[in-house]
Amino acid sequence: MISKEKVKYIAKLARLALSEKEIERYQNDLSKILEYFEKLKEVDVSRVKPTFHPLKIKNVFREDVETKKDIEKIKKLIELMPEKKDGYLKVKKVL
Amino acid sequence: MKLEDFTIEKIKEGLLKKEFSATELTKAYLEKIEKEDKKIRAFLTLSPEIALKQAKEIDERIFLKKELPSLAGVPCAIKDNILVEGIKCTAGSKILENYIAPYDATVIRKLKEAGVVILGKTNLDEFAMGSSNENSAFFTTKNPLDLEKVPGGSSGGSAAAVAANFCVFALGSDTGGSIRQPASFCGIVGLKPTYGAVSRYGLIAFASSLDQIGPMTKNVRDCKAVFEVIRGKDEMDSTSLEMKEVNNLRIRSLEEIKIGLPKEYFLEGMDPEVEEKIKKAIKKYEEMGAKILEISLPHTPYALACYYIIATSEASANLARYDGIKYGFSIIKNEQRTIDNLLEVYFKSRGQGFGEEVRRRIMLGTFSLSIGYYDAYYLRAARVRSLIIKDFEEAFKKVDLILAPTSPTLPFKLGEKIDDPLKMYLSDVFTVSVNLAGLPAISIPVGKVGNLSVGLQIIGKPFEEEKIFDLATFYELSTSN
Repeated sequence: MISKEKVKYIAKLARLALSEKEIERYQNDLSKILEYFEKLKEVDVSRVKPTFHPLKIKNVFREDVETKKDIEKIKKLIELMPEKKDGYLKVKKVL
Repeated sequence: MKLEDFTIEKIKEGLLKKEFSATELTKAYLEKIEKEDKKIRAFLTLSPEIALKQAKEIDERIFLKKELPSLAGVPCAIKDNILVEGIKCTAGSKILENYIAPYDATVIRKLKEAGVVILGKTNLDEFAMGSSNENSAFFTTKNPLDLEKVPGGSSGGSAAAVAANFCVFALGSDTGGSIRQPASFCGIVGLKPTYGAVSRYGLIAFASSLDQIGPMTKNVRDCKAVFEVIRGKDEMDSTSLEMKEVNNLRIRSLEEIKIGLPKEYFLEGMDPEVEEKIKKAIKKYEEMGAKILEISLPHTPYALACYYIIATSEASANLARYDGIKYGFSIIKNEQRTIDNLLEVYFKSRGQGFGEEVRRRIMLGTFSLSIGYYDAYYLRAARVRSLIIKDFEEAFKKVDLILAPTSPTLPFKLGEKIDDPLKMYLSDVFTVSVNLAGLPAISIPVGKVGNLSVGLQIIGKPFEEEKIFDLATFYELSTSN
């Protein structure tokens, strides 16, 4: 069973505000699921390289040139911002 | 018009013979949805204006005797995690409830060029995380074969829409079985293409090393036709690849191929009724001349844990973008005066915007990637993934294709598994390995238990979809007479 403090710590890392009741529920759920994940400890992986991606491709490059700006698309993206001012994204103060 | 009889080919024929216009056809489908979707609830959003405009364009082409593109006038539905410009795209989440897609996904651009008619967007588990459609933030879609049962997930809305004849085909996305399992549950055909075969540009990301978009159709031929349109390299997705044109991929006769049955898939946990139908289908292939061999995929028992660690880890990173700042649900719109710093915007927008299962998975992924646990969880899972891939590579030295059940059970009851996340995860036990290995796989219906359908999975080597379609077609032809 993982501790309540651990669940709170993970929620903080994940930037999720949770109620006390939700923390309890997730403590229970996560413990059960993590216990199931323990199964992987049976596998000897000492000499196995990890796979992060199924395709054997790497470093797909493109030319570093300016691409054409689609003004209409940019307008739509700005339109989707919850808070904006003069075409800029507005955020709350950091500190 | 009998909508249940329509296939891509029949629509083309009907349009050219002027049995109906694309506009009449579109209206017939919209009317059917209007009348019948109240009980199934496959659609989140309907797009009649766009659909009728697309239909009108096809009718004009016919009037002017211009050549018709391959999917001209074919009514389709799109899973609501794929962007269609100008239409809401919610991913089944409250956090994107009012998000209007600012551009078309590459698959949508290709479908539009091929002349389709987009009827609307279909329901899904929130951010495609679920196996029953019950994790949608809006409502649960029901299985058209039995309204008490789930349609499967996460592409449950797309599967139900095809099965209920609300469209001729639909697009879904598959991260751990999300096309194949609902296809199996609703008695239709669903293809998860090879990783990289179809561009993911404009697909709302869940787990980027696993996600693929694919077609959901009433038959194999339509599945192939849609796949032909959507596949191919796209400069907007650097993980997409062009498929090599290989001539020897076609199966001319079943006698020339070897089919593998992974013994680990037939050990335990399968419904006896499902097993019976699967074995009957395998027998049919044998009777038609295919050589059936038992093979072993020894790391199968670890695939599900491996998958859920990797998928949740990638999801926790991908979903970091929903921060209440750039787009989507934001707490500042509700509590403007009481929020005074940035961190609070993040915590509250995400805490309130994401549903229970999505938060659970973000937490799991965050845990697996955090200091002190990374090596034991994420990195270990990535190593096990290599072993799972190697199992398939070894197996494909002996056989051309692999057969397996799509789901261990028949469609389950609404509400049956929703309170036990681990039990729900086990629904994906036969489908996740394919995503971990990046392989193509199709689910085709191979029999009924009462009203409910059983799906057979055909798994192929990377970029050998052609062989999968051929093998599936042999079965289809054998049962259609």
